[in-house]
Amino acid sequence: MNDVLVPDAGGLYCAAGDFWIDPLRPVPRAVVTHAHADHARSGAGEYFTARDGLPVLAHRVGDGGDFRPVEYGEPFALGETRVTLFPAGHILGSATVRVESEHGTWGVSGDFKRAPDPTCALFQPFACDVWMTECTFGLPVYRWPETEQVVTEILDWWQDCIAAGRPAVLFCYALGKAQRLLAELAGRAPRPVWLHGAMLPLTDCYRAQGLGLADTVPVSAAEKGERFAGELILAPPSAAGSPWMRRFPKHSAGFVSGWMRIRGNRRRRGYDRGFVMSDHADWPDLIRTVADMRAARVITIHGNGEALAGYLNEQGIAAESWNLRASMNRSESA
Amino acid sequence: MKAFAELFDRLDRTTATNAKLAALVDYFRSTPPADAAWAVNFLTGKRLKRLVNTRELREWTALATGLPAWLIEDSYEQVGDLAETMHLLLPPGSAEAATPGLCELIEARLKPLKHLDDEARRNDVMALWRALDGSERFLFNKLLTGGFRVGVSKRLVTRALAEVAGVDSTLIAHRLMGRWQPTARSFEALIAPASEADLDSATPYPFFLASPLEGAPASLGAPEDWRAEWKWDGIRAQLIRRGGKTYIWSRGEELMAGRFPEIETASETLSDGVVLDGEILAWRDRQPLPFAVLQKRIGRKKPGPTTLARAPVAFLAYDCLEWNGEDARAAPLSERLLHLDQALSAASGLLRSAAVEFRRWGDLDAFREDSRARGVEGLMLKRLASPYRVGRTRGDWWKWKVEPYTFDGVLIYAQPGHGRRSGLYTDYTFAVRDGEQLVPVAKAYSGLTQKEIDRLDRWIRNHTRERFGPVRSVEPVQVFELAFEGIQASPRHKSGIALRFPRIHRWREDLAIGDADRLEDLKRLLETGQRSA
Repeated sequence: MNDVLVPDAGGLYCAAGDFWIDPLRPVPRAVVTHAHADHARSGAGEYFTARDGLPVLAHRVGDGGDFRPVEYGEPFALGETRVTLFPAGHILGSATVRVESEHGTWGVSGDFKRAPDPTCALFQPFACDVWMTECTFGLPVYRWPETEQVVTEILDWWQDCIAAGRPAVLFCYALGKAQRLLAELAGRAPRPVWLHGAMLPLTDCYRAQGLGLADTVPVSAAEKGERFAGELILAPPSAAGSPWMRRFPKHSAGFVSGWMRIRGNRRRRGYDRGFVMSDHADWPDLIRTVADMRAARVITIHGNGEALAGYLNEQGIAAESWNLRASMNRSESA
Repeated sequence: MKAFAELFDRLDRTTATNAKLAALVDYFRSTPPADAAWAVNFLTGKRLKRLVNTRELREWTALATGLPAWLIEDSYEQVGDLAETMHLLLPPGSAEAATPGLCELIEARLKPLKHLDDEARRNDVMALWRALDGSERFLFNKLLTGGFRVGVSKRLVTRALAEVAGVDSTLIAHRLMGRWQPTARSFEALIAPASEADLDSATPYPFFLASPLEGAPASLGAPEDWRAEWKWDGIRAQLIRRGGKTYIWSRGEELMAGRFPEIETASETLSDGVVLDGEILAWRDRQPLPFAVLQKRIGRKKPGPTTLARAPVAFLAYDCLEWNGEDARAAPLSERLLHLDQALSAASGLLRSAAVEFRRWGDLDAFREDSRARGVEGLMLKRLASPYRVGRTRGDWWKWKVEPYTFDGVLIYAQPGHGRRSGLYTDYTFAVRDGEQLVPVAKAYSGLTQKEIDRLDRWIRNHTRERFGPVRSVEPVQVFELAFEGIQASPRHKSGIALRFPRIHRWREDLAIGDADRLEDLKRLLETGQRSA
């Protein structure tokens, strides 16, 4: 049986439907799972994407694109295939892709998680013959605590900072994680949350779609000499160690990420606190999802998937690991 | 255990010294002395003898998690710490159960493991894994595997204890020296008010440590205020003669009884109530032998006649900390040197580290450059008016070492680091050219900035040739300048040489592999740089 999807210079290519999933180079027709930069790039002829994800995608790749918003669960034809997007639970408007063709049904994840997230629809499994799963956290050491527990830890830390009169700087990804945190904090934050400039337009996108987020203020609107004592500031990880941080004297620094599950990751970046909350599936959920998709064959993509593939093989599920980035580099030099 | 885990969390969550100090003080004030004693033990870097080997721990983790052994290894490679890896893999424990205190855990649960058979040990450890969770389980695993680091210095622990006791921190440092044991009684004695009775005759004084001098000594002021000595390449030791007995302590606070019989014999000629600070060196015919000769003695608890003849040692004294049974540390160095003269004039077989005479700072340059030929590491500069201080206090004692050797080597293997560097390729092996081949000559871990480490890690991942377990061989492209302190012939290494304390000086992106040094360049140093043994 031919592979319905193959890696090439653009990304994952489907010959039967003549489209690419999450291409990183300009292609005539793209199906985009979500707007993170390692999945969505400008320059595609057409963009098929979930309707909820359109505003954020348009913000990221520019308004000029030829966007074809589609509804979750509603199949559409591309070439000789039938394509359906399902909620991935990763960020607002994120999708997994089902491709039905005469060579079988393939499921492709961009990124996904199974834990509930107030800013996006819950992941929805579907049956397929081949499941291409992301594998960012593909080792059994990655096991997430309940979101509620982590939100409580963050609020406790903020209270400690209020008591100590220190700024609480919380690093998190500007798209997805920041808004998820703001949604979790809505109604529970003791005061408005300050936002780094990079987070403003994306947060506006979320608000415009009717999501209830905690009140925010841009850091740029602060009075000169503001010392941010007891204030919570959200900033992207790239701001850590930059001169911008001088605005927050004596701050305590936290980072919200699945990587914080490992102590060394936190310590070498010098964060005081690590909060284990991820928008990716942890190991148990990667395994559970393989079962839920009822696929006979599993291909790991996005991440170091060799361990997961090896483990699934031992469990009697045919699995292999594809390195999409290496495929792209190879075609580039060829 | 709960209280200790809370202390660990508080220490782990801040980089601010004052916050750490407050956490320690709170803990020592509120914790039963038996538990606090063990906490002092671990926080000052002491560890338990290994009770369970890591192979067993890996097997039991596989048993408790149902995961294959290779997946546990893959996880360990990513986490970089076995205790943490096991903690992260194990299913959640029943955190509700009341957990034993630190002392009870060690005395009643951990120490007895030694006498149990394999199955009983496994059952006990797995029962504790089920009962503990969070930082408690992580720390329990740390105790099991022996290693323990929390990011507090011994000095900070000493300061906290001093605050709790209401005494000077130098007294706490003194009480912690030597044979201090983690018991409730010792902890109570540790935080007791100052008294005559609290020191036994074997207890050494805390060592005063020199700081490296950056730049030229002219910045130190008038040369006549300073004394210069050779910086000996041996092991630092404190020699105590009290109550008709001799005690020799290493800087690592190890009592070295029986290891250096020639020094013990010589010490019998010292008068009573004398404590000397100095260096143990391999020594023959009025001059030092290479450090490699001394190494033959370091591991020997009871050297035989052959070893004693091949590697004779001597004690070179350079300070007198106690004279006539009186603590002399507060007196200026100039006065202590007079005591040293008096002490040694009556004794035989103990040597005195002589002064290097100079009038102007410039006079010292030639001496320092001559260091290698003399078999010393450089010069020591000591302020004549200074007291004998505790630990690494800057200002009065400087070590002015000779510039290290350097060479340009090619990166050929990389391996993930541990702890703070877990999951990053930070342990490197470097090679030099030997004809058409590359021969490994040094492993190095330190010397790059975090930015360089991150960049090199990415490069390594993208330019891997082969993988052997955790080790990757990489394309031989990257050249680094490495520094090292000494070189010796070594039949155990493929290259035939062994380098002492190699570390990275610079990433030489301007150099190509053809610019790297050759093995014969290094071997030439064997003849010129090093005196024969």
